[in-house]
Amino acid sequence: MKKEMALITENFLRYGPPDTAGYLEIGGFTGLEKALAGSPEELVRTIEASGLRGRGGAAYPTGKKMRQSAAYEGDTKYLICNADEGEPGTFKDRELLEKDPLGVLEGMVIAAHGVGATQGILYLREEYSHLLGLLEDSLAAMRQDGYLGRGILGGPLDFDITVFVGAGAYICGEGTSLIESIEGKPGRPRNKPPYTKAQGLFMKPTLVSNVETFSGITAIVRHGAEVFTGYGTPMSPGTKLISLCGNVNRPGTYEVPFGTTLEEIVMGIGEGVAGGRALKFVQIGGISGPLLPKEFLKMPLSYEAFEKEGLSIGSGAVLVVDETTDILDFLDAVAAFFKHESCGKCTPCREGNRQIMNILKRMREGVALPSDPENIQRIANTMKYASFCGLGKTAPTALLSAVRYCPEEIFTRRGL
Amino acid sequence: MDELMRREVLKIIESQGKAREALIPVLKAVQRVNPKQYIPQEVSQLVASTMGISESEVYEVVSFYAEFSEKPRARNVIRICDSTVCRVTHHRKTAELLEAALGIRVGEATEDGVFCLEYSPCFGACDVAPAIRINDRVYGNLDGEKLEEILQSYRR
Repeated sequence: MKKEMALITENFLRYGPPDTAGYLEIGGFTGLEKALAGSPEELVRTIEASGLRGRGGAAYPTGKKMRQSAAYEGDTKYLICNADEGEPGTFKDRELLEKDPLGVLEGMVIAAHGVGATQGILYLREEYSHLLGLLEDSLAAMRQDGYLGRGILGGPLDFDITVFVGAGAYICGEGTSLIESIEGKPGRPRNKPPYTKAQGLFMKPTLVSNVETFSGITAIVRHGAEVFTGYGTPMSPGTKLISLCGNVNRPGTYEVPFGTTLEEIVMGIGEGVAGGRALKFVQIGGISGPLLPKEFLKMPLSYEAFEKEGLSIGSGAVLVVDETTDILDFLDAVAAFFKHESCGKCTPCREGNRQIMNILKRMREGVALPSDPENIQRIANTMKYASFCGLGKTAPTALLSAVRYCPEEIFTRRGL
Repeated sequence: MDELMRREVLKIIESQGKAREALIPVLKAVQRVNPKQYIPQEVSQLVASTMGISESEVYEVVSFYAEFSEKPRARNVIRICDSTVCRVTHHRKTAELLEAALGIRVGEATEDGVFCLEYSPCFGACDVAPAIRINDRVYGNLDGEKLEEILQSYRR
């Protein structure tokens, strides 16, 4: 029943970062060599053919993004690796940075060739600052060996990478907020357009992609798009890293082919619910994702299966929650998180989380008003449709999914 | 602010530069040299005037990011994650162990100024939940004995 794979994670524990010699021995930098031997256009076509989609949660096709980015001219073009992995329940990017930093950085150099980027920045979340030394050492080793700097591998590509450490703000995982943060400002999202591809960091063309996306690029170019598309489903090719956590026997980061069912993940790879207790629900994609009761365990992890339900797989977090947790307590923790992390720019998000917490409090204390069930849904929907950025739009996802799938537990049982 | 701290702050700005994008790295460094791990208002003012940024803009950044504190803390900041994953894996038990070991409640600092205790949003250690963070090191799957050992290593 186990379906663990090693494609994006193939280098894990096979070399000791930042050792470039050890990395070379296991096939490291062959993707970069292959990419540099061909044109940027060929590289973009390979990524398009792989069907790779952004792994930060938005799932935008990476090849399409690279093609759009490549079209912008300019003497300065930034390429940013988004390592602001702030989605609670998600830690797969931390694993990639820790166990295969050279694979991530190689992917950045390959992508720089594809889009014509001149300068790379890895935006590391403050909470991962213990990885700064390892990343700096990895960059120094790559510079030393000619994989970064002027004339990479003797060719015309000039590209270097620096690390910028954030200061603790969930919203900075959003691309334009992340850019504001690098510029030394509070991380509040920008109006779009202009899109970052045209005017991003310091108003220069900028490509922002997630850590796992860059690792994916390295694996795809090294092995060929057809190896990647050999896994997964026709609509969701390849593999996905999942962060399995919560009340499960074997929490951790695992790579699975798309199409693996939630049951295979939770009961197979995760070896079931801890303490032999009953499963109450799983939350997919982190704190901004939906709560799915156990009837959904047969559902495959794929873009199309989730889209059909109006859901998203987000960052690939799978949080297992057992029967001992009250859904209302859980939803309160979700709302408290978003109340803390809301930047305050737009009213639906700033006030919505506050009002949801007020209503949840009444419901938990058994003093809910008859109008509360309707009001909480109206507020949640207002946030979903009228918030300025993805933070506010997805903050009520857990609540709305609970209303949809578990009305008995949150309303009926409480006489509402 | 004493003269020593003043010189320390100026030295940090000199090494980081005065460009706007140096503000966050500067604030990180000035907080780190403060024995109580915070940025007093007078330090913000000195950063603003030296870097040529308005006081309100510096304050906006200090108050926006979770890493920065405007209130005195302690030499070692202990953060207990209270996001969803650590809650369903019973973070309160870890909080109680810490409160008992240090003789303080969450939100307080020990009298000797060695530790303070606060709740924090998720820091990505859900695989070892419930997790805590002391400064920039992460610890998880804790029991009383392990915790005492860890705390002892920071007391020296």
